[in-house]
Amino acid sequence: MAILEVKHVDFRYGSGPWILKDISFSAEEGERVAILGPSGYGKSTLAKVIAGYLQPQGGEVLWEGKPLPPSGFCPIQLIYQHPEKALNPRWKMKDSLEEAGVPSQEVLTEMGIQEKWYERWPNELSGGELQRFCVARVLKPETRLLICDEMTTMLDAINQAHIWNFVLSYAEKHNMTLLAITHNQYLADQVATRVLRIPELNHIQVDRSEL
Amino acid sequence: MADIKYDKTGNCGSFGLNRRREILLIILSGVVFLSGVCLWGLLMDPSLYAPDYEARRLAPSLSHLFGTDSLGRDMFYRTVCGLSTSIQIGLLSALISSVIALVLGSMSAVFGGRVDTAVGFMVDLCMGVPHLILLILISIAVGGGAAGVITGVAVTHWPNLTRVIRAEVLQIRSAQYVQIARKLGKSNWHIAAKHIVPHVFPQYLVGLILLFPHAILHEAAITFLGYGLPLDTPAVGVILAESMKHLAAGMWWLAFFPGLALLFMTQLFDIVGDYLKILIDPHSARQ
Repeated sequence: MAILEVKHVDFRYGSGPWILKDISFSAEEGERVAILGPSGYGKSTLAKVIAGYLQPQGGEVLWEGKPLPPSGFCPIQLIYQHPEKALNPRWKMKDSLEEAGVPSQEVLTEMGIQEKWYERWPNELSGGELQRFCVARVLKPETRLLICDEMTTMLDAINQAHIWNFVLSYAEKHNMTLLAITHNQYLADQVATRVLRIPELNHIQVDRSEL
Repeated sequence: MADIKYDKTGNCGSFGLNRRREILLIILSGVVFLSGVCLWGLLMDPSLYAPDYEARRLAPSLSHLFGTDSLGRDMFYRTVCGLSTSIQIGLLSALISSVIALVLGSMSAVFGGRVDTAVGFMVDLCMGVPHLILLILISIAVGGGAAGVITGVAVTHWPNLTRVIRAEVLQIRSAQYVQIARKLGKSNWHIAAKHIVPHVFPQYLVGLILLFPHAILHEAAITFLGYGLPLDTPAVGVILAESMKHLAAGMWWLAFFPGLALLFMTQLFDIVGDYLKILIDPHSARQ
């Protein structure tokens, strides 16, 4: 049985144009799915809807056959493209990292998080270093589905490979489902067992004259 | 490349202080001075500014720094006492006002919808009526005196700060790290205490301090017009109102020094508030 079911999801911001229209797909436990598509097709919006940050106007997102729990640690976690926005600038790195409990030593070591960074502020670390903290923060047994929304787009190739390698091995080891959202065909082919193309998934009428 | 001379501690400002320490020093001396004046007036022996008919209408001199009035009261001690009263009233009314702003601003941002509309309407209403008229009406309605002044100033000075706090709370509520905290299973209380309050509090503090000069000036203004503090209290508003009668007789010092002292004090509050803003939020201060 599919662990994640996205059924006929429609979404728009306020009364603006439809961003997502009649999107349906599902994912099995432990599967690695990539959602591939160019900019402006609602990839990030879809990620937020699946993770429960946004409520769809139509359709539903089911996790193990039920809607997502409204409170408590969410089994679906989303990693954003911009780590500097995902960390409170008034908190030291240690506090942000341990907001939902201390990550396991394995995660800390493998992510290459150094203890000397703990007492620093977010503006004293680079994007790659910050993203490691963001990833380590949610790699927990309670996280069953990890959505990586352009997780490594702003990082250099070495950091990209490093973070992805570990996330993939962690997902394999803990049977965690992975949803990678990207516009990079090569990355999608590399990390995913199944690639979905959002232009085929999303039934919006895109005004192609402006593309 | 230009050579900048640093001393051992890496400081390049005047007196070997870095910018942060310089600002801290300015704030600290401002606060010490203001609380000094406040305490001095509170603890002052009233006989120091009691009528002394031997020494009436004296121009400023070393024994009477600000001169004496037609009853022979020493204007320097009266002014200090008046400033102290102003600070106390300003403190109390600014505090009440800022609490109103904090509650309304947070409610407006958190509940949104109708609450937001209602608070917005109240803000517009309060800002649409001239401050002084509203103040006088409320002060008279409450029965005048110190209670009237405090109530009047307190319930008319919250709109600006309410808007600031509403905007700040709205902004941080939609911040990614706050939404992530919610998904990490954190309760509303945790988010309020750890994310929202530390973000809003500095703005609140600066807003509170910048409310003081307004509160003090308005207190002096309605007392001057005769709707505020009773005539027998040593208040700057009373002093200035009395001096009007004697200005034509050439007793310029009755209005000059107390007026200058009031101006100086409100400026000092402004300086403390502005520097505190730079210290807390260097980014916005440079814009």
